[in-house]
Amino acid sequence: MKICITSQGDNLNSEVDPRFGRCQYFIVADVETLEFEAVKNPNIDTMGGAGIQSSQLVAEKQAKVVLTGNVGPNAFQTLQAAGIEVITGVSGNVKEAVEKYKKGEFKPTQGPSVSSKFGLPK
Amino acid sequence: MIISIASGKGGTGKTTIAASLALSVPGARILDCDVEEPNCHIFIKPEIKEKTSIYIPVPEIDKNKCDYCGKCKQVCMYNAIAVLNKTTLVFTELCHGCGACSYFCPQKAIKEVNKEIGFIEIGKKDNLSFIHGKLNIGQAMSPPLIKAVKKYINSAKVNIIDAPPGTSCPVVESVKGSDFCILVTEPTPFGLNDLILAVEVLRKLDIPFGVVINRSDLGDKKTDVYCENENIPILMRIPFRQEIARAYSKGQPIVEAFPEYKKDFQDLFNTIKNGKFS
Repeated sequence: MKICITSQGDNLNSEVDPRFGRCQYFIVADVETLEFEAVKNPNIDTMGGAGIQSSQLVAEKQAKVVLTGNVGPNAFQTLQAAGIEVITGVSGNVKEAVEKYKKGEFKPTQGPSVSSKFGLPK
Repeated sequence: MIISIASGKGGTGKTTIAASLALSVPGARILDCDVEEPNCHIFIKPEIKEKTSIYIPVPEIDKNKCDYCGKCKQVCMYNAIAVLNKTTLVFTELCHGCGACSYFCPQKAIKEVNKEIGFIEIGKKDNLSFIHGKLNIGQAMSPPLIKAVKKYINSAKVNIIDAPPGTSCPVVESVKGSDFCILVTEPTPFGLNDLILAVEVLRKLDIPFGVVINRSDLGDKKTDVYCENENIPILMRIPFRQEIARAYSKGQPIVEAFPEYKKDFQDLFNTIKNGKFS
């Protein structure tokens, strides 16, 4: 099964990015083998709708779960429609996050954790 | 004739100037295009005679016709549509109503439906015609409403447009087509910084402009120096007076609280009309 982690860098030792729609990279990894692909996020500088675009990207990569810091309302709605489980409040490095997920330490989020435009530079 | 009042920085006195100018030109009309926070009515106190809702077209997807090809999301510049496996989602708050999605949909599965974004109100105060727009709370897109307000421009009259602050789309939409733009500023570092941005916008739009310095005896002389170097006429200076601020806080335009200013505003208008800047 594929899992997607928002990441500040392009490998498993990178820190989890607390933003979803405007994270630096999406690490799409196989939960069992940890084989992964790092996708540079093309939506960082988009004017609006970054969460929606990023959700579709994650869906296209066929991930079933997203591990991230926060998701906004539009991203949450889109991920839900795609049948992707969302887990927020994740920090530390990407590898640790996957390990914790495998141990069942996370609970799926029931709603958006932040409001729109959270990921825009302050 | 269309004279717009803009500023760059907020709170420099756009409405103060717009209201008093409109009240000093017989038979003028004032159009408040600061639809996110219109306030001309507080000073003009018009009798509102007409109210009209303004809509933008947003897509509605016919689920029986949609085959999830994704063309609509591809052509949407504003990321307002998501197409997933067997779902198409529309985020109307991101939609600009451009119509590209329905135009390009190969299945003709997209119909445009009206979504209210706000309303305009039309009224009168004596001989002064009054029009403003009010954007609904939660709406991000003001240009379509500003366009609706500007439909009430009467080219046979003197039209005074109160623009929103800043230099982004709503300001461009408001000042576009003006014969002249008054930039209201204050002699502070913030005022000057934003004035320079506003000047760049007006030069791009090729609109003649001049500057009014409000609270002109505060701050420093850098605004004067800038205008001189850039060959920008300073049309008027209003010194800082607590009495003006007090009148403003009670919704009294300068020319009503201090009738001696009426001549200054008439001169300001004549200067702009004759295009003679000293």
